[in-house]
Amino acid sequence: MTFTLNEEQKLLKDAARDFCSEQAPVSRLRKERDAKKNGRDPELWREMAQMGWAGILIPEELGGAALGYVGLGVVLEESGRTLAPSPLLSTAMIGASALMLAGSDAQRAEWSPKIAAGDVICALAVDEGAHHAPAKTALKFASGKLSGEKKYVADGHIADLIIVAAGDSLYLVRADAAGLTRRELTTVDSRGAADLKFDGVAADKLGSAPVDAVLDRARIGLAAEMLGQAQAAFEMTSEYLKTRKQFGQVIGGFQSLQHRAAKMFTELELTRSCVYAALDALDRNAENIAEYASLAKARAGDTLHLVSNECVQMHGGIGMTDEHDAGLYLKRARVAEALYGGAGFHRDRYAALLGF
Amino acid sequence: MADLETFREETRAWLEANCPPSMRTPMGSEDDAVWGGRNYQFKNPEAKLWLERMGAKGWTAPMWPAAYGGGGLSNDENRVLQSEMRRIHARAPLFSFGIWMLGPVLLEYANEEQKKEYLPKIVRGEIRWCQGYSEPGAGSDLAGLQTKCEDKGDHWLINGQKVWTSYANYADWCFCLVRTDTSVKHEGISFVLIDMTTPGVETRPIKLISGSSPFCETFFTDVKIPKEQMVGRLNGGWEIAKRLLMYERTNISGFGSNTRVDVIDLARDHVGLESGKLADADLRTRIATHKMAERAYALTTARAQEEAKAGANVSHMASMFKVAGATLNQERCELMVEAAGNRGLGWSGEGFAPEELAVTRSWLRSKGNSIEGGTTEVNLNVVAKRVLGLRDTQ
Repeated sequence: MTFTLNEEQKLLKDAARDFCSEQAPVSRLRKERDAKKNGRDPELWREMAQMGWAGILIPEELGGAALGYVGLGVVLEESGRTLAPSPLLSTAMIGASALMLAGSDAQRAEWSPKIAAGDVICALAVDEGAHHAPAKTALKFASGKLSGEKKYVADGHIADLIIVAAGDSLYLVRADAAGLTRRELTTVDSRGAADLKFDGVAADKLGSAPVDAVLDRARIGLAAEMLGQAQAAFEMTSEYLKTRKQFGQVIGGFQSLQHRAAKMFTELELTRSCVYAALDALDRNAENIAEYASLAKARAGDTLHLVSNECVQMHGGIGMTDEHDAGLYLKRARVAEALYGGAGFHRDRYAALLGF
Repeated sequence: MADLETFREETRAWLEANCPPSMRTPMGSEDDAVWGGRNYQFKNPEAKLWLERMGAKGWTAPMWPAAYGGGGLSNDENRVLQSEMRRIHARAPLFSFGIWMLGPVLLEYANEEQKKEYLPKIVRGEIRWCQGYSEPGAGSDLAGLQTKCEDKGDHWLINGQKVWTSYANYADWCFCLVRTDTSVKHEGISFVLIDMTTPGVETRPIKLISGSSPFCETFFTDVKIPKEQMVGRLNGGWEIAKRLLMYERTNISGFGSNTRVDVIDLARDHVGLESGKLADADLRTRIATHKMAERAYALTTARAQEEAKAGANVSHMASMFKVAGATLNQERCELMVEAAGNRGLGWSGEGFAPEELAVTRSWLRSKGNSIEGGTTEVNLNVVAKRVLGLRDTQ
């Protein structure tokens, strides 16, 4: 196991930090929200693809950069810092890894180069109710066609290729396939999503991928993004504690706030180790990836929950205003926490994996 | 790397030949820990042999310079030694405040004569040390200490009282913070070494809520010590004191990680499973949360070690690890008592198995984890101020 980034990964992280702070600062999400774009930013996605991020997981012979999960993880973390609105997780992590894990040669050859080039956006359709429950799918596959419903599919409203979980299998569905209706959702994080209805939709079975293996990659990638969000919200808060004055002194001098800040810092450090260990486990193809995934997602969820709340509280009144970024972090936090299983789901799963 | 492999082979062979059979079994209880010292009574002759052999090689302090009796090993070699010891389940030959706390600061602050005098005896476990830090009026505000140390020309004269002196009643020597200037606070403290057999030194054990007495009150009445027993410069003790605390905190935060009974097994036995899940859903969730925190802590320790190896300065993290480690151990002890049900609520006698009584006693003992070596509150202050840069004025 290793936590230290190699030179290539360091360069990638630095480049991602520069790109996100210059091209995709939080103000970009805010502007798009105000323009009611609902998560649509094809220009940003094209630029990210030009940076090579869409194909980080994809082998070079299929048009990718083959930089591995840690490589993609550091980029996701940086994009989380600025809440950059893009289908990076859905496409570069979930779409690409599903094809690499389970795609036939023909499926890989057809889709991977397009994903790497940024020409195809993916979305993973898994849940059918209000809560994450991958083991309970009612969606049916018969004679090559899918019928049923999926709810709150992240990036489902902008995807070209939808990866659908039904029973123990995954299926590829083109977004323009006959019988598929999409209802676009306007979501609290301004990223948008879609409810999908399948009425005898032609679907291409995706090899024999265990649904959990792909979901675990989604969870670990999302945990990396959440780590970046939590780190940025914490830094913003810590900066405010050093500048905001009341009672004739900076409020960071008050012990009650100092202790809460120190606790947040500790949680962040512990969570960072879990996220990096999970990314490393994917690159090593470790045996207990499920454990790492639930550990990383639950810890990232709890930490982001704490930090996003404290961010608003410690900013006081200004933190409640729409003008301030604290609210944008809070809103994205809850969506990310719930997506692919909240902390409660993953604690239950972790306990089961540990045999109790 | 070839050298390291050779070292591994040699180490393996040496351990194979020199580690006695009974020293390759798990410790039954805390009583099996060997603390050494002038008057130490070994329960097991093999423990004595093991300490002598390891001490002669300097492997009780593997990375200290060989010139002072240490093993002289590099970081990598030490890692090999530790992994080879784990491989055969070898017990630590010596538990020692001298090795964990005093030695590192002597290496940094003591003069050559002092290093030559004290370090080899620490390595061989010949001298057992205690820590004279806290006083009745100086707990969290440690720098408020009042034990007086006066310059009497050819000796120092010490008067005062220390408290929470761990195992002072068994210790041969004490490393002690004393006041050498009453006109200033931090700048009036010095660091001295006191032989506990010096006339005027008295100890009195303090009985704790767990029923054990690991701590003492220590009294100094007109205690004369030679001038050579001050470490560092006069009034320069606070810097040494803080450095030593850093080692102490790192050490306390590691407590509890080598647990005997796992909380999951305990819960399985006493609560039971229903369809593969712990029958108490609420307890199950809290154990899962705790297990995740434990894993996160272990991963973070590994990450800090890796970063330190790569040259990063991670010393400022000691307070963070102290707080997180203490919290984890206390949580674990609470969960153990809860999972054990009434089996975890015994005090003594044959109605309870020894391991059940250990659950109760460990739980009570763990309450000290967030107090000793700097309270959780004081350590959170350190993280806020030194790591996050939050201060009263910017």
